[in-house]
This record gives sequence, structure tokens and C-alpha cells, in this order.
Amino acid sequence: MSDIVERLPIEVRTEALEQLLVERGLVDPAVMDKFISTYETDVGPLNGAKVVAHAWTDPDYKSRLLNDGTGAIAELGFKGPQGEHMVVLENTDTVHNVVVCTLCSCYPWPVLGLPPSWYKDPAYRSRVVREPRRVLAEMGLDLSEDVEVRVWDSSSEVRYLVLPQRPAGTEDLAEEDLVPLVTRDSMVGVARAGASAR
Amino acid sequence: MDGVADLGGMQGFGAVKRPEPEPVFSERWEARAFALGLLSMRTSGTNLDSFRHALDRQAVLDYFADGYFGRWCHAAETLLVDSAILAPGAVEARTRNLMGQQVPEPPIPTPDKPDYKPTAAGSLRPVDVAPAFAVGQRVRARDLHPLRHTRLVRYVRGRRGVIERIQPSAVLPDTHATFEGENPQHVYAVSFDSTELWGPDAERFTLTIDLWESYLEADAS
Repeated sequence: MSDIVERLPIEVRTEALEQLLVERGLVDPAVMDKFISTYETDVGPLNGAKVVAHAWTDPDYKSRLLNDGTGAIAELGFKGPQGEHMVVLENTDTVHNVVVCTLCSCYPWPVLGLPPSWYKDPAYRSRVVREPRRVLAEMGLDLSEDVEVRVWDSSSEVRYLVLPQRPAGTEDLAEEDLVPLVTRDSMVGVARAGASAR
Repeated sequence: MDGVADLGGMQGFGAVKRPEPEPVFSERWEARAFALGLLSMRTSGTNLDSFRHALDRQAVLDYFADGYFGRWCHAAETLLVDSAILAPGAVEARTRNLMGQQVPEPPIPTPDKPDYKPTAAGSLRPVDVAPAFAVGQRVRARDLHPLRHTRLVRYVRGRRGVIERIQPSAVLPDTHATFEGENPQHVYAVSFDSTELWGPDAERFTLTIDLWESYLEADAS
């Protein structure tokens, strides 16, 4: 176990690791930059929002999405690492789904990008499989007692995406105007769509 | 293994904190650690299950001390040292030298990568035998305590559930993580009543988790 009196600064340790690999030509910094920029700018929850908004406005697509998540998501061009097999879970008036990975941080990268810090945090990972209603309430989502809560622990290579309910009063909105209402948190199941900017 | 990463149901972590705003990477070193984590698998000749195993082998204090991307940095180092791409202590020595200390760095070792090659890309693999369990069947998660990597979390071991759906068959992480074979198996989403997991006073909900066939047995009770 590492010395608990003196911990080396992790940012320096990371730099040291990179140096040791780069100076031997084992890692190319340009490849690192590409990985980083991909998940900082190209792949994020906007992809998932497009999937959800399309499902809200096209019943046939929604049916395909619920039957074959990976295939229907690929129709919109989204696939890749951490998306080998994606399952879409529909929230309704009576069922609320919420997703976690208690062992690490498994998350559907092609549609949501990299997970937010709370998803990777020990507090969320430990508690949402034991007291989900309380955790959701603390995160701002109060669910009535008659709503069935279903928690999905992502322990295999299957990745879960929540299809949130379309907010009331949006019947006249076009698909592209619905996209901004589909928040990342609503697609993990810790918020309702349209509830906040998260 | 019964490692630090298996957090489901543990108490003592407090409220869920949600920083605002939240960039993908809060600091640049986090982005570098992320990229190094991904590349460490290729460079060390290992795989994603090995990477996860490097996470759950971490010492308890290390796991929490440096945050999420700190874990990635430590796991990358573990895989690279295991494959003798880096010498033990090499990263620490270089870190100290970057900090202005003057310490000797160990010589570069002779690489000793695992004798391992995936049979296909990704983790999904066909299995020639039919699934042992059917949707709706009652099962029990085995009460196993392997010393090796496993995705059989502690909080379902010995508990009774129902097969919710049959997932695509996949490589078994338990052996794949340590290069002892892909051993593909059927995978099942298994649903557990919250009171089966947490007792009669638990909140009412259903917990569904993916479990490999060898983690399960038919529930005769």
C-alpha cells in the first residue's frame, strides 16, 4: 500500500507516466490528443438526445429502438467503443428506470460520451442500488410511491440508455426543438427530460 | 475478488455531489490519464477486463485518494509494470525527478507481455450450447468468493432472482482478465426484489443486473 503520509501529486505522476512511454515511442501524444478531443467535443449526450427526440416523434423508430437499441442507434450514425450492445429502457407513467455501474463506470459512450463525475462517484455507485428513491430525491427527482423503480446495474458489456418521457405540453414541437429538452441526466434516469439544463 | 471497487450497498459515502458546471475533464492531467488508460491496454498487450482487474486490485487508500482519473493512472501503471514495459518504481522515480528531487531511475526491463490474443474484436462471442436458463425462471446467484477478477458483485451473492432477459453471450471476464481463456458464456439480466437484497425494511424497487451463466444456479426453493 502506498505511503499515506506522503502521496505523490497525481498530476505529476500522470506526467511521469506519459513521459516514460512517449520517450520510448510506445505512446504517441498525438493519438492521446485525438482520444481526448473525441470525447471533449465530438461524442457526448447530444447524440443520445437526437436518438430520444427521434423516438418521441417517430413511433416506428421508437419500436425499433426498444427492440434493438444498438441497431436503431446505429441508424443515426452512433456506434463505437462502449456501445457493443445497447439496450434502451422506456420510462412511463408507471415505471422509472435508472442506470448505474457499481463496479466501475460502464456507460454508453456512443450516445452519452464519458460519464459525469457523480456517476463515477462512490456515493452514487454504492447508494442507488440500495436506496434509489432517496438518492433520486436528493438529486431533485421525486417519484410517487406508485411508480415502480427499476435500477439497472451495468455489470456486463451491455450498455443501458433510458428513454425518458416526453414532457407534457411539447406536442407541437418539432424534433429539432425537442433535442435540447433531452438532458444527459434524463437519459441515465436521475432526472426528467426538460427538467434542467444538465 | 472482494476488492474495493465492489461498492454496491456500502454505506459511508455521504450525499451524491454534483459539481456545476462540469467539463468532461476538470483538469488537463485527467484528460492525459484517460488517454493513457486507454492506450495502456494496447501497450501492455492486455485487455479491458485486465484494466478493470487492475482497478479492483488497487489498495483501498489508493482507490479513493486520487479520484476517478487517478485510478486510471494507477491502473495503467499496474498493467505496464505487470507486462514489464515499465520497471516497478519507474513512475515514482520519474515523478520525484519531475518534482526536483534527484533519484536514480530503474533500468528498462525486458518486456514480458502476456501470451494472449483475442479471437475477435469486442466481447460478444457465440456459444454453441443453448442457454441453461429461460426468461421468467427463478435462479439464485451463487455464493462464490473467487480470489480472481469477477463481475459477480457481493450484494447479489446467494440471493434469489428471476431471469429478466437473455443478453448476447460474451467473454467471461473472470478468466479473460488474467489471460486464462475467453470462455464465452450466456449472459442474463437477472431481476432481484429489493427486499431479497436488503431485507424487509428496504425501499421498494427492482434491481436488475447482468450475470454470466456460471454465476447462477436454478432456484429449487
